[in-house]
Amino acid sequence: MAAVQETVDRVRRIDVDQYRYGFETLIESEKAPKGLSEDTVRFISAKKHEPAWMLEWRLEAYRRWLTMTEPTWARVDYPKIDYQDIYYYAAPKPKKALTSIDEIDPEILKTYEKLGIPLREVAILEGVEPPAGGEPSPSRKIAVDAVFDSVSVATTFKEELRKAGVIFMPISEAIREHPELVKKYLGSVVPTSDNYFATLNSAVFSDGSFVYVPPGVRCPMELSTYFRINERNTGQFERTLIIAERGSYVSYLEGCTAPQRDENQLHAAVVELVALDDAEIKYSTVQNWYPGNSEGKGGIYNFVTKRGDCRGVNSKISWTQVETGSAITWKYPSCILRGDNSRGEFYSIAISNGHQQVDSGTKMLHLGKNTTSRIISKGIAAGVSQNTYRGLVTAHRKATGARNYTACDSLLIGDKCGAHTVPYVEAKNSSALFEHEATTSKISEDVLFYCTQRGLSQEEAVGLVVNGFVKDVLQQLPMEFAVEAQKLISISLEGSVG
Amino acid sequence: MALLEVKDLQVRVDEREILHGLSLTVNEGEIHAIMGPNGSGKSTLSHVIAGKPGYEVTGGEILFKGDDLLEMAPDERAAKGVFLAFQYPVEIPGVVTMNFLRTAYNAQRKARGETELMAPEFLKKVREVAKRLSIPQDMLKRGVNVGFSGGEKKRNEILQMALFEPSLCILDEMDSGLDIDALRIAADGVNALRAPDRAIVVITHYQRLLNYIVPDVVHVMSKGRVVKSGGKELALELEASGYAQFDDAA
Repeated sequence: MAAVQETVDRVRRIDVDQYRYGFETLIESEKAPKGLSEDTVRFISAKKHEPAWMLEWRLEAYRRWLTMTEPTWARVDYPKIDYQDIYYYAAPKPKKALTSIDEIDPEILKTYEKLGIPLREVAILEGVEPPAGGEPSPSRKIAVDAVFDSVSVATTFKEELRKAGVIFMPISEAIREHPELVKKYLGSVVPTSDNYFATLNSAVFSDGSFVYVPPGVRCPMELSTYFRINERNTGQFERTLIIAERGSYVSYLEGCTAPQRDENQLHAAVVELVALDDAEIKYSTVQNWYPGNSEGKGGIYNFVTKRGDCRGVNSKISWTQVETGSAITWKYPSCILRGDNSRGEFYSIAISNGHQQVDSGTKMLHLGKNTTSRIISKGIAAGVSQNTYRGLVTAHRKATGARNYTACDSLLIGDKCGAHTVPYVEAKNSSALFEHEATTSKISEDVLFYCTQRGLSQEEAVGLVVNGFVKDVLQQLPMEFAVEAQKLISISLEGSVG
Repeated sequence: MALLEVKDLQVRVDEREILHGLSLTVNEGEIHAIMGPNGSGKSTLSHVIAGKPGYEVTGGEILFKGDDLLEMAPDERAAKGVFLAFQYPVEIPGVVTMNFLRTAYNAQRKARGETELMAPEFLKKVREVAKRLSIPQDMLKRGVNVGFSGGEKKRNEILQMALFEPSLCILDEMDSGLDIDALRIAADGVNALRAPDRAIVVITHYQRLLNYIVPDVVHVMSKGRVVKSGGKELALELEASGYAQFDDAA
C-alpha cells in the first residue's frame, strides 16, 4: 500500500546525522604513541603511577591477547579493526595536579554541562516531571564520576560517601590507595583470559570507576559514571569494579556519549560486579554513543564485557540497559548465580536505527541451589538496522531448583530492518525450570491510523506505541534516568516513520 | 448549514474502484444513517473521510466546514473536529488508557492553538464522562483496549467522542458484537451527544440500532454509490424488503 511505501521511504531518509551529542571539546590532550605494544602498556601503567604488580597483571594480559583471535560469531559485520592504528591512551593535559573540582578545565566542565551532567555538587535534582499518576520524586542525590576519554576528571560527593564508608573513586586511584581490595577482586569475575576484547581491556585499560560498599551499608545515593569519548582515534577502555559486601546495597548508573566523527572509534570496556551474602547491586546503563551517519559511516564500535558474580547466598544483581547508540554493539551483561538462592535480572531496551548493528543479550549461569533469573528484552529495529538478542541460560548439575523466565520481544519499524532472537538453553539438572517466550511485531498501519485519528501526529503515535512496548523495562530504571531514557528513545527514532 | 459535503467521490484501493462518484451532504445538528450490504463501500467512505492511508482518491472532493478535507493529515482532521468510532478499535499494549486520552486530547488542543489541560483538571473531566457511560475507573488504568470486551471497546470509543467534542461523529458498525444491554448503553452515550452544532453519521447493516439512535436522514448505499435517501421510515422499509431491490439501481 502507498502508505507503507511512504513509511519505508522516510525510514530510508532517516537523519541519524542529527546526533545530539556531536560536539567536540577543544582541549590539549596527552596521548600515548599510536599502536599497541608492551611499551604502550608500560606507558599507560607509568602514567597512572601504578605499582609493579599491576603492570605485571597488564603485561600478562597483553601477552595472552597476542595469542587470541577476534571473535566472529556475533551477527555483526564491520571492516577489520587495525589495532595498531588506535591511540590507547588520551588524557586531558593537566596544567598541575588537581585538588578540587574548581581546578578542572572549564572547557571540560562545559562539555558535561552540554550533556546535562551535574558535575558540580548539585544535591537535588529538581523539576523532573513525575510520570502520569506517579508520586512526585523525593529529593535524591547522585554522585558522579566523570570519565573523559581515559581519565576520571572528578568524583563528586566523595566526602559524604566516605562518611558512610563507601569508596567511590577512579580505579586508577583505587589501585594506589586500596591495592588489597583491587588485588583481591580485579579479574575475579572477568579473568584476563576471558575473551579477546576483555583481555585487550585488561592490558590497556586507563581508567574507570571503583566502588566498595562495606558490610551492611545501604549506599546513601545513586552512584553514576558518565563516559565520554572526545579524542580522535582513541579507544576508550574503562574498567569498572563494584564490590558489595555482605548485606549491602548499591545502585549504579552509567551513561555514555561520544562526539560525532567520520571514523570508527573502538570502545572495549569491562565491568565486574561482586555481590557477597545478602548483597544487592543494581546496575543501569543508558548508552547513546554516536551511531554513525545516515550512510553508516563512523560511529562507535562497542565491544563490552559486563559480568556480575552473585558470590554470596541470597545475593542479587540486576542489569538494566537502554541501548540507543553505537554503530556496533556487542554486549552481554551476565550473572553468575553462584550463591544459593541468588537472583539475576536483565532488563534491556535495544534500539537500532540507520545502519546500526546490535548483537546483545545476557547470560544467566545457574550454579547454586534455588537460584532464579529473569530476562526481559525489548528490541526495536528501524531503518536498515539489524537487531539480535543472544542469550544463554544454563543450569549446572548442582543447581537444584534453578528457575529462569525469559521474554524477548521485538518491534519492527519499516521493512528494511531485521530482528533476530538466538536463545541458548542448557539444563544439566533435571529440576531446573526454564521458560522462554519470544514475540516479533510490527507497528501496524492500523495502530498508527487509530492514534492519528485521535489527534496524534505520526511521530507522537510511534513514540507512544514504542514507549508502551518498552514500559516494563523503563520501570526498572531509577526515575531521573527513566525520564532521560524515554526522551532518548524518542530522539533515536525521530523520522523513522512518515 | 452544511458541515460535510462529499461531492462525486471516486476512490480506489489497489487499482480497484470502490466508490464510483458518491455524493452526500450532512448538516449541523442532523443524524444520518448510512445503510447497505457488505461490500457496498460504507466503511471505505468512513475511512476516506477520516484520512486512513491506503486509499487513492481519483476524483471528487470532501469539504468539511467549507475546507478541503483531503488536503489534511488524519491528525489535522481530528483537531478540526472529525471523529471516527472504529468498528474494530485497536489494542495498544503498555499505553495506559488515561495517558492515551490525555495525550490525544492535548494534541488536539495544541493543534487548535488552545492551552493544554493539566492533569488534575483532565482527570476530573474524564471521570465525569466515564461515570455517565458506566465505564469503571479500573478500565482507564489498563492498556488501551487491551483485554477489553467488545462492549468495553465500543464504550471506550464513545468516551473519547464525548471527551473530544467533535463536530462530526462517524460511527462505523457500532452495533457489531454488542448484546442488547451493551447496545443500549452505547446508544444512550451517543444520544447524549446530540447537539445543534454537531452531526452524527451512523453506519450500520441493521435497522435495530436505529431504534436507539433515531436518524433524521437514511441513505442506502449499494456498489459504491448512494442509491436512495429518505426519512427514518426508509430504514424500516429496508428491514422488510432487504437490499436486493437496489442491485439494479446501482
